[in-house]
Amino acid sequence: MPGQAPTAGEAIIDREGLQALLDALSARGFSVIGPRVRDEAIVYEAVREVADLPEGWTDRQDGGHYRLERRKDRALFGYAVGPHSWKRFLFPPQQRLWRAQRTGAGFAILEEAPPLDRWAFLGVRACELRALAIQDRVFLGGSHPDRSYAERRRGLFIVALQCGEPSGTCFCVSMEAGPKAASGFDLALTELLSPGSHRFLVEVGSPAGEEILGAIPHRPAGAADRREADALLASTASRMGRSLDTRGIRELLQDHPEHPRWQEVAARCLACANCTMVCPTCFCSTVEDHTTLTGEGAERTRLWDSCFTLDFSYLHGGSVRKEIRSRYRQWMTHKLSTWFDQFGSSGCVGCGRCITWCPVGIDLTEEARAIRASLPEPTHA
Amino acid sequence: MSNPPRPRLAVWKFASCDGCQLSLLDCEEELLALAEKVEIGYFLEASRKTLPGPYDLSLVEGSITTPEDAERIQEVRRASKKLVTIGACATAGGIQALRNFARIGDFLSAVYASPGYIRTLDRSTPIAAHVPVDFELQGCPIHRFQLLEVISAFLSGRSPAIPHYSVCLECKRAGHPCVLVARGTPCLGPVTHAGCGAICPGYARGCYGCYGPMESPNPPSLSLRWRALGASERDLHRVFRTFNAAAAPFRRESEAHAD
Repeated sequence: MPGQAPTAGEAIIDREGLQALLDALSARGFSVIGPRVRDEAIVYEAVREVADLPEGWTDRQDGGHYRLERRKDRALFGYAVGPHSWKRFLFPPQQRLWRAQRTGAGFAILEEAPPLDRWAFLGVRACELRALAIQDRVFLGGSHPDRSYAERRRGLFIVALQCGEPSGTCFCVSMEAGPKAASGFDLALTELLSPGSHRFLVEVGSPAGEEILGAIPHRPAGAADRREADALLASTASRMGRSLDTRGIRELLQDHPEHPRWQEVAARCLACANCTMVCPTCFCSTVEDHTTLTGEGAERTRLWDSCFTLDFSYLHGGSVRKEIRSRYRQWMTHKLSTWFDQFGSSGCVGCGRCITWCPVGIDLTEEARAIRASLPEPTHA
Repeated sequence: MSNPPRPRLAVWKFASCDGCQLSLLDCEEELLALAEKVEIGYFLEASRKTLPGPYDLSLVEGSITTPEDAERIQEVRRASKKLVTIGACATAGGIQALRNFARIGDFLSAVYASPGYIRTLDRSTPIAAHVPVDFELQGCPIHRFQLLEVISAFLSGRSPAIPHYSVCLECKRAGHPCVLVARGTPCLGPVTHAGCGAICPGYARGCYGCYGPMESPNPPSLSLRWRALGASERDLHRVFRTFNAAAAPFRRESEAHAD
């Protein structure tokens, strides 16, 4: 199992080796998606060269606050997660599902072609690997797997990144989702920077990863490399910007639907849905049906939706969750509590995106803390 | 000809700049399909030829600002099977609803040499304040694709797929990093109705609310954030007092901040 054995099979590549990795992936037909600086943020887009990566950039994050800053070193992965998550590739924000065309007597359904791209994701952190696993469970785990997700997920190549730079809103340690990526990748990189040396420790997680590593210049890793990588992860784990006490959290939230804190947070919540859009596990969608003016054609489009919209809970006669209070409660309770009932795990990976990208900086760790603190007795067993 | 009669469409103008009607003319290639599908019975911006009512679908642009228009909208409603209002003027009173916050007599004496000739109401009001409206399409101006969607929906007897949530959903789907969070640029997107496709944030500008309030806006919370980003009370007073100044959530928020 990857992550179990210390140095066996581990390798070292340098910056040129990283370029060779990008080239090898490209030569095998992968479109590489990785971090890039655009519009004052680090987003996930196509990368072809090491020069495309956010060299020397980092980010400062807090509730409702994100700023790019210059680092003192030339780290390529010296930032934390940004506004994008990998879900936008596997579960596109807007996607036509099918079209229909009127024929003489009836109509014909025109299926959408499967995606042409095979992706390689570069720089996937442990929290994001956990999010991928959660979305795999949501989209593929039930009796009706999502075909579109399956087509995109199949053949995905994952280059994970052992996280060396947590942000002010990170709490993967609390969610036991990081910072170490132990499985679920083809290759995992740890960026090791020291004066005069810029190299990457490479762990192999799959036969496909092994094949690629064999095709690029590398040398065996030594015990010192492994010690440095371990120290980096330990440092990351000690620098979490947030924490969440998860003891008994399922009951804590399910047992207090009328807690006054829900009203208090509703006064601040904009119901703008940003938290759900940036969340790497939120999976809700809606469909829109459109017809052409002539009535000859129709099409159905799937779009990212959110439990913060009124239409989301629209049943015959109106919306069930009219108040922002009930919408925030629905989102947070689902994410941290009823997700266990539905999917057997928490829906939160501690990436902190919902805190950073909330325009008014609402912090679910703080909301959970407030509810817990207000109760006379600890509700956990 | 054995074809069934085409539905008769009318486009009406009240107090407005004509921009929303122009959105219909901007449809260009779709306009030919529309002209085949409907009979344009009344659309003075496009043609002097008019046909009598009743009209199957009336699109109404503009707000009510004169006693004559208050009468005329009643006639339009009586002549229309379905009535859809288009744009900020028709749905919220428009920029001319700034008069609602001042004395109309002061404007008249400042603007006109002989104010005695002017007969006007002291408030600009949306169409729905006067007659029942079947659907309201927000925006200043409206988006032509949304207009086509509404027309297509009415022609085929289905609900228009026009979401009423915030601009943020469109912005995030488009992949724009949030200008408020990543740049500290004040943005009205979280309280503003979707429909534009998040044009301004896509150009690194803050949303200025031209589509009016979203379905469940929380302007007081956003205003606190704007204050923290450096906006003054006057900035807040003014930013909520533009094309949708008289829409209740924006009106209340502008009144909560001193000029």
